[in-house]
Amino acid sequence: MSLSVRLNHRFDGLELDVAFEAPPGVTVLFGQSGSGKTTVINAVAGLLRPQSGRVSVDGRTLFDTETHSWLPPHKRRLGYVFQEARLFPHLTVRQNLSYGRWFAPRDGQGTGEDFDKIVDLLGLGLLLDRRPALLSGGEKQRVAIGRAVLARPQLILADEPLAALDGPRKSEILSYFERLRDDLALPILYVSHSATEVARLATTVIALDGGKVVRQGPPTQVFSDPSFAPAGVRSVGAVLEARVACHHDDGLSELDAGGVPLFLPHVNRPLGTPLRVRIAAQDVMVSLNTPTGMSALNVLPGTVGAVRTGDGPGAIVSIDTAAGRVLARVTRRSVAALNLSPGVACHAIVKTVAIAPEDVSGPSNARTSHNKPLKIRQN
Amino acid sequence: MAWLGPEEWQAVALSLRVAGWAVLCSLPLGIFTAHALARWEFPGKQIVNGLVHLPLVLPPVVTGYLLLLTFGVNAPVGGFLKDQGIVFAFRWSGAALAAAVMAFPLMVRAIRLSIEAVDPNLEQAAATLGASRLWVFGTVTLPLILPGILAGAILAFAKAMGEFGATITFVSNIPGQTQTLPSAIYAFLQVPGGESAAIRLVVVSVIVAMAALVASEILAKRIAKRVAGG
Repeated sequence: MSLSVRLNHRFDGLELDVAFEAPPGVTVLFGQSGSGKTTVINAVAGLLRPQSGRVSVDGRTLFDTETHSWLPPHKRRLGYVFQEARLFPHLTVRQNLSYGRWFAPRDGQGTGEDFDKIVDLLGLGLLLDRRPALLSGGEKQRVAIGRAVLARPQLILADEPLAALDGPRKSEILSYFERLRDDLALPILYVSHSATEVARLATTVIALDGGKVVRQGPPTQVFSDPSFAPAGVRSVGAVLEARVACHHDDGLSELDAGGVPLFLPHVNRPLGTPLRVRIAAQDVMVSLNTPTGMSALNVLPGTVGAVRTGDGPGAIVSIDTAAGRVLARVTRRSVAALNLSPGVACHAIVKTVAIAPEDVSGPSNARTSHNKPLKIRQN
Repeated sequence: MAWLGPEEWQAVALSLRVAGWAVLCSLPLGIFTAHALARWEFPGKQIVNGLVHLPLVLPPVVTGYLLLLTFGVNAPVGGFLKDQGIVFAFRWSGAALAAAVMAFPLMVRAIRLSIEAVDPNLEQAAATLGASRLWVFGTVTLPLILPGILAGAILAFAKAMGEFGATITFVSNIPGQTQTLPSAIYAFLQVPGGESAAIRLVVVSVIVAMAALVASEILAKRIAKRVAGG
C-alpha cells in the first residue's frame, strides 16, 4: 500500500497545504488540535471536498481536482474508525460488524472465516448478540474497529479513536491497533495528538502544524529532534529501540539498547523481542560526572548534540548516546551552570519507574490461536 | 355495528377507505419530501417548504377550490388525467386526494423532525462502509425514523378522517360516493330528526381516533425500544 496525498484547502482561518507519501505500515498524522489533521483524513475519506489536490491509494485515484475526478465516500473502500464509535443503534453487534461486508465486493472466498478471525482478534465473541447501547466505551470502539476492518478496506483510517476513552481503555484499544498492524498487515492512517500513541504505533510520522507538514519520518528520527514539540513540551521525548535482554527476579526487565543496559519495570515479552521505548524529556536528568550513590538505574553516557532554549525557563538538550539520541528537558539555569553546549560529555539519567508501560511497545502480543499472520484479502 | 343504519355505515366505511388510501399513497412522497427538507440543500427549498405547509394555513375551502380548479374534468391537469382514465372530481378518489393534501403538512412535519433527530454521523459512517445514499437511507435512516413515520402516518390518518372543508368543496357530498363521516354528520344535522344518527357517527369518530392514537402509542414504544436497543 502506498498513500499519496496533496491537498490545498482554506477554511476557518487555516490554510492547509499538505503533501506527503506514506509508505506501508501505520502512518500517524500528528499535531495539536487545529493543525489540520482531521481535515486531511476527512479529505482522504471523501467526507470533505478540498479546494484543490489529489489523493491516491496504490495508484488508484480517489480524487483529483485537476481532472475533476471524485469518488464518493462509499466507493473509496476505506475503513474509517471515528473518535466516537458511531455504531448503528438499531443493529446488533453482529449486524454492525457485517454491515460493511455486505457492500464489499464478494469473491466468495473465506468470508465467514474472516468474520470469525476478526471477532476472535478483537475479543468480540461474547458481545455478538448485544445492542450497542449496552456496550462500554472500549467495547464499542472494538466493534467499530471490527466493522471497519470487515468492510475489506484498502486502508484503515482512524481519527483519534482513543480520545473518548479513559486511560486503561486507551492502552487496551491501542494494543488492538497494534494487532491490525502486525497480524493483519493492514495499512493505517491514524490521527493523533498523543506522542505516546505515535511512538507505539507509527511506522511513519507526519507532523502537522498550522496546516503544514513540519516533520516526517520514522518516530525514532522525528522525536529525537530537540526543536520538535508540536503538541507542547510535555509531548517531547525521544524513542529508543532496544531488545529484551534479561528478566530479573526483582521485577525488573533489562533491555539492551545499542550495548547500553536499560532497566524497566517488568516487560511481559520474551527475550530478544525488539521494543520501542519512549523516554519523556521531562523524566531525564543530566549529569556531567558519572553519578554515584543514586537511586536511578539508567545512566546513559553520551555527548550533547544540541541545546534548544525557548522563551520559558526550560530548555531541551539532546544527548547522543550509544542507545540513540535522548532528549532531556532541563532549566536554562542548569544549562548555564553545567555549561552544556554541543560536544560536552555528559550522562543522561532516567528513573526506571518513570518509564510507564504505555511508553513501551513492541510487536503485538499475538494470541496462541493465530500464530501466523492472518491474510485479509487486499486489492 | 348493528346500531348504525346502512347510510351511516356507508359513510364510516368510505371515510376509512378514503383516509387509508390518502395516507398510504402520500406516505412515500411524504418521507421523500421530509428527507429532502431535513437533509438536502437545493435552490427553492423555502418555496417547497412553503408549498408543503400551505394547506395548513389556507382556509380548507380555498384548498378544495384550488383542487377543483386543477383537477376538475375541464381543468388542464384534470383533463389530461381524464384522458388517461383517471378522474378525481366528485369521486371517492377525489376525497382521498383532498384528504391527502390536507394531511400532508402534518405528515411531513412529524417525519422531518424524526429525520433531524438522526445523527448525521451515523449516515456518514455508513457511507464510509460502502453504502450508497440510497442504501444509507434504507438501512440506517429509515429504521431509525420508523417511530416518526408511524406518528406522521397516524396524525395524517386522523386528519384525513376529519377533513371536511376541502373535501366538500372539491368532491361535494354525494352519499355512497363522496359523503365521508364529517360530511354525513353535517348532512344529518341539516335534516329534522337527524340528530341521533349524527350522534352515533360522532361516537364512531371518537372511537376511531382513540383507537388510532392508542395503536400508534403502543407501536411507537415497541419500535423505539427496538431501535434504541434498550
